[in-house]
Amino acid sequence: MTIPAKVTSPVAISVRDLYKSFGPVEVLKGISIDAHEGEVVSILGSSGSGKSTLLRCINMLEVPNSGTIAVAGETIRLKTASGGKSRPADQKQVDRIRSELGMVFQSFNLWSHKTVLENVIEAPVHVLKRPRREAIEEAEALLAKVGIADKRNHYPAHLSGGQQQRAAIARALAMRPKAMLFDEPTSALDPELVGEVLRVMRGLAEEGRTMLVVTHEMGFARDVSGRVVFLHKGVIEEEGAPHEVFTNSKSERFRQFISS
Amino acid sequence: MDIAFASETLMSLLAALPLTLELAVTAIAFGSVLALALALARLSGILVLDWLARSYVFVFRGTPLLVQIFLIYYGLSQFAAVRHSIFWPVLREPYWCAVLALMLNTAAYASEIIRGGLLAVPHGQVEAARACGMPRFMIFRRIVMPLAIRQALPGYGNEMISMVKATSLASIITLMEITGVAARIISETYRVIEVFVVAGAIYLAINFLLTRLIAFVEHRLSPHQRQPMPIRGALKGETH
Repeated sequence: MTIPAKVTSPVAISVRDLYKSFGPVEVLKGISIDAHEGEVVSILGSSGSGKSTLLRCINMLEVPNSGTIAVAGETIRLKTASGGKSRPADQKQVDRIRSELGMVFQSFNLWSHKTVLENVIEAPVHVLKRPRREAIEEAEALLAKVGIADKRNHYPAHLSGGQQQRAAIARALAMRPKAMLFDEPTSALDPELVGEVLRVMRGLAEEGRTMLVVTHEMGFARDVSGRVVFLHKGVIEEEGAPHEVFTNSKSERFRQFISS
Repeated sequence: MDIAFASETLMSLLAALPLTLELAVTAIAFGSVLALALALARLSGILVLDWLARSYVFVFRGTPLLVQIFLIYYGLSQFAAVRHSIFWPVLREPYWCAVLALMLNTAAYASEIIRGGLLAVPHGQVEAARACGMPRFMIFRRIVMPLAIRQALPGYGNEMISMVKATSLASIITLMEITGVAARIISETYRVIEVFVVAGAIYLAINFLLTRLIAFVEHRLSPHQRQPMPIRGALKGETH
């Protein structure tokens, strides 16, 4: 099943001319990507291609050296601090934009001292200042949706990897985000647990959520995403609708990548 | 061993128990605040603060507590500036000199324990909090500190027990806490064994209770490291 890219809808996330170095190593060399509302974009690439760094720049977990990021039309303001380093000009703006982007990590990163339910309501109650009771109701609905309602009072350490990742997805959804960022959400999972997480993600895509997914799951990229972006050594090597790029890519590297 | 004399001694020493506890609790309470400040200075990444905290820990951990007590009680009064300062009403009291020395000393050790706890907080969990839009201080209060305390508690328990015992040094500067009273009774009766056995037993009892208290707090704070409670369905099955 293919969800067509809704190119007519407004741009949810816009990345322009993004450059990022770690010390002498240039990881991103001028990346530009738009994700429209309701669009699912899969970001592929071998390790070291910069795909995770790109995702982490969008919510400023990494601060780019140059370039612009805009979320729902609002550009994140950067300034140059002493020593020539780039810094967010307004941390409050960054915090607010982060609260509008749900992020799911490779290693789940659930808060280990809180139960699943406490994990899900933490940010809605303390960042968004929603009433606790309302947040709990919504959290329970989300946990049911990802299929772990019965684990609400368990601690992360007592869940399988797949359950932890689904809890982490519920935690991200609880912020009612404008877009979701997935950073290799299934890479730390045992093969038999990958399916349950991908099923949840597929459900979110069908709801019309805006999703940027860094992944190694070719099946997901091909069947669920509306667009595929292939990164190689910090530049976009290939980009297009999955049925086009997977069947007749002009990039030799991409053909090699998907056949390996 | 003379039981009648020992029980008489016990009553005299127990009268000094409140002072011992007061010294320990006050020093640990103030010391923990200073320790947290020192640990944060070490981790601040600001060179001057880091260096100041390092030097502080070096000095107070590297010199005997007894020497520190002497310097504060006998040493500070040598300076006219101190005698004429607003701190003098406090610094001329042996009680506050003892509290100050104990507090400064425990802060040095505890800051390293807290620093270890803070460093053990998994970076991913902090990153998840940032990704939710939590401001820095909220992350510290809601995520970092609760996790760090759990890590630091066993080590901090050790330090608290050390502090309870260290209060006995306050007897040197005329404070009549348990060891001070014990020394006075010995000088009057020359019965070293009974008096010090009873005094030692009181410290042992305090630290027994303190150990239980720390274990209880640790248990309460780490449900996530235990097996989950049996679910209700299993219990229901038993009753039928």
